[in-house]
Amino acid sequence: MPDSPLFSLAAIAVIVLAVAVVVGVGLKVIRSFRDLGTDAERATYNTLHAASRAGQHLRGGLQPAGAAKASKQLRVLLGCDALAITDTDAVLAWDGAGEELRPSLMRLAADVLSTGRTVVVPHARDAGIEKPGQDFSAVIAPIRAGSRVVGAVAALAPAAGAGLVRATSEVADWIAAQLELAELEASRTLLMEAEVRALRAQISPHFIYNSLNAIASFINTDPARARELVVEFADFTRYSFRRHGDFTTVAEELRCIDRYLLLERARFGERVQVSLRIAPEVLSTVIPFLSLQPLVENAVRHGLEAKEGPGHITICANDSGAFAEVTIEDDGVGMDPEHLRSVLAGHTDGDHVGLRNVDARLRQVYGDEHGLVIETAPGEGTLITLRVPKSQPGHDA
Amino acid sequence: MNPVVSLVAFLAVSITTAVIGFYGLRISRTTGDFYVASRTVPPWWNASAIGGEYLSAASFLGVAGLILLSGTDALWFPVGYTAGYLMLLLFVAAPLRRSGAYTIPDFTQARLDSALVRRVTSLVVVAVGWLYIVPQLHGAALTIRITTGLPSWVGSTAVVVVVCLTVVAGGMRSITFVQAFQYWLKLTALAVPVVFVLLVLAGNGSAPQAPLTVNPTSQAAAGAYQHISLLVALLFGTLGLPHVLVRFYTNPDGQSARRTTLIVLGLLSVFYLFPTLSGALGRMYAPELAQSGQADALVLLLPGRLIGGTAGDVLSALVVAGAFAAFLSTTSGLVVSLSGVISQDLFGGSVKGFRLAAVLAAVVPLGFAFMTDSLALAGSVGLVFAFTASTICPVLLLGIWWRGLTDAGAIAGMLTGALLCGGAMVAGTVMGGGSAPAWLAQPAAWTVPAAFAVTVAVSVMTKGRVPSSVDRIMSRLHVPERPVVTER
Repeated sequence: MPDSPLFSLAAIAVIVLAVAVVVGVGLKVIRSFRDLGTDAERATYNTLHAASRAGQHLRGGLQPAGAAKASKQLRVLLGCDALAITDTDAVLAWDGAGEELRPSLMRLAADVLSTGRTVVVPHARDAGIEKPGQDFSAVIAPIRAGSRVVGAVAALAPAAGAGLVRATSEVADWIAAQLELAELEASRTLLMEAEVRALRAQISPHFIYNSLNAIASFINTDPARARELVVEFADFTRYSFRRHGDFTTVAEELRCIDRYLLLERARFGERVQVSLRIAPEVLSTVIPFLSLQPLVENAVRHGLEAKEGPGHITICANDSGAFAEVTIEDDGVGMDPEHLRSVLAGHTDGDHVGLRNVDARLRQVYGDEHGLVIETAPGEGTLITLRVPKSQPGHDA
Repeated sequence: MNPVVSLVAFLAVSITTAVIGFYGLRISRTTGDFYVASRTVPPWWNASAIGGEYLSAASFLGVAGLILLSGTDALWFPVGYTAGYLMLLLFVAAPLRRSGAYTIPDFTQARLDSALVRRVTSLVVVAVGWLYIVPQLHGAALTIRITTGLPSWVGSTAVVVVVCLTVVAGGMRSITFVQAFQYWLKLTALAVPVVFVLLVLAGNGSAPQAPLTVNPTSQAAAGAYQHISLLVALLFGTLGLPHVLVRFYTNPDGQSARRTTLIVLGLLSVFYLFPTLSGALGRMYAPELAQSGQADALVLLLPGRLIGGTAGDVLSALVVAGAFAAFLSTTSGLVVSLSGVISQDLFGGSVKGFRLAAVLAAVVPLGFAFMTDSLALAGSVGLVFAFTASTICPVLLLGIWWRGLTDAGAIAGMLTGALLCGGAMVAGTVMGGGSAPAWLAQPAAWTVPAAFAVTVAVSVMTKGRVPSSVDRIMSRLHVPERPVVTER
């Protein structure tokens, strides 16, 4: 068995791996020995580098974990013995010597937090705080977000010179700027979520209006059927008005399409024919809530309604590597590509509200390369393709 | 044996595979069929698919050959291959189904929130896949050589070409049906000839050439260490096989993933009865195959030897068909999951990228297969399991069951496992022949614990790196799904 090809395969694999590691390490080493410029240039670089590293950690807001990582960088920047970051209630992070003084720091900082002015404590001993055997001084600068003081930076050194005082208050201002960026980031995320919700809310009324009209036409002629349809409609609304989640599975979306088509058939009768080709592998794929039904609705409303005689809709869902591909094809009247383009771009307030909505949500969630792909021409029918990644651990159906 | 019959059998299997792959999707015309179309695959059907994908050349040809060579010792292989599913059932199936990740790199990235871990996992997965495809191609080469007399390369090239064509042309769109069909084909192809052989032997009452207990070779029996190491490799290796895990996504929820695994256990147990019987029959009636180094071809040669004539030819053709079903199903399953990983990490996940990746995933192992020559299929596949068990398995198990896993720990563990297990394989080769000590020939017993230990130790040392999303992911993995309320 040791003659087995796997041994030689493994040998090749290990050698390739080893070479890759050596080359990688070698490149790193070479890069670090390259000419890095004058002392001043290097100092500038180091300062900016430390600042940008610390900045990354503060992007999550003033949190203990991020503050702890940032305080390491900032202490190097200030060259002090210890550096602490507090919020308004407690010390969030302490880097450097004298950690045992941590509990008493808030006492020194209280003044800063209430007045919003930088405080220099030349002799901590005078404030009743003492490290066994030695004195130290502290510079405490406020972190201001807008007009509020949200925290403080404390730099501890044997003696606080004017340089340290100036640098510390600069660092505090810099932290404040980072926190504002963090806030901006958070509000951007909120905005995006709100936009998705708004798009989703837009779709349902559109459909309800159409369905109710269809049912109304049966109330006099065929009350039993109308009752059945109302029950279908109730089931449909239970799905589309559900509270939880912006995502669903392909299987559930197909059920929703089924109910929708039952309602449409009430009006169109046998004029609407539907074929399905669904690969079971993609049934559990997560997709944005109500992202297929509007496409079928579009095919019925704009493809088949205007067409004479029966029309055909084909819905396919295929497994395509790491993606699931869903296509919806109709042999209806088609659209003018130019017009469609301006609808999708939002320039024209056309009838294709559903298409634009789905396209915008797909781009929002998965990125621009995952928008709808629509192939159409007047009189040639329409083929809509949608590709979503199968793996979406962040999205709960 | 009649070469034409074998070729026809091979062609028939390839064409059937392609046809089912292309047209196997359920087509329904009326809206009433929506419920049928949108219902997920039932567990027994899915279990057949898993069985079809899992039973490779090693199971179809290798196990019988190994029983011929080493008797009851070789029974550890089928036991291990099957028991691996018990581990999967207990520890992985349901949580992984709930994770929403489709590949192991997807899972590690989601769990550890690190792109670097993803890249390392992808590398390991691709390595495992390639290593696993090579024995399949060796099996195909052997089958073609023995049954038709054509040169070896024809067999492996034919398998690669068929797989590439079907995958690239989109022929694996309904891979579940293809694989389920392959399982039943493989079972039939092994069971029918064995039953016939038993009937014929019972009818003419011919005496065995050698008693079952006699060792037909001069090889020493393996010791307890080898058995333990092999079992460790097979039990833990099954957990990390890329192509097997993907199959669980056809299940609608974690619970049906468990039920599927339970059925798989049954299906595999039934299947392995027949290679075992073939091996035992071979020991009694064709012991000379062991000396001539053709042990792996035992299943192919048995019907022709013991029955002969037209009946023998037809039964042989059935076995050849089954063997190619084994090569095609495992290879295509691996190629599909590998090209998923490669195309996502290398080509940005486009359709063209997927096709290119599929060709890459199949052609590279073909090159390896040309350069090397296999002697024992079951053994080579066993080593792939050892490699998987030392690399992917610790990350997967700890990722699911231990909150403390960190990205640094995962990477350190995978690299340790890969270096130790790969190193052992290389060292074994350098020593050459049968002279490699047992701990090098069967490294799993120490490389797997080492990989686990390093993963845990580094994770504990880098406690601060536990991702902040761990609570959310863990509850997602372990809390049962909401029942589907929209069902009427």
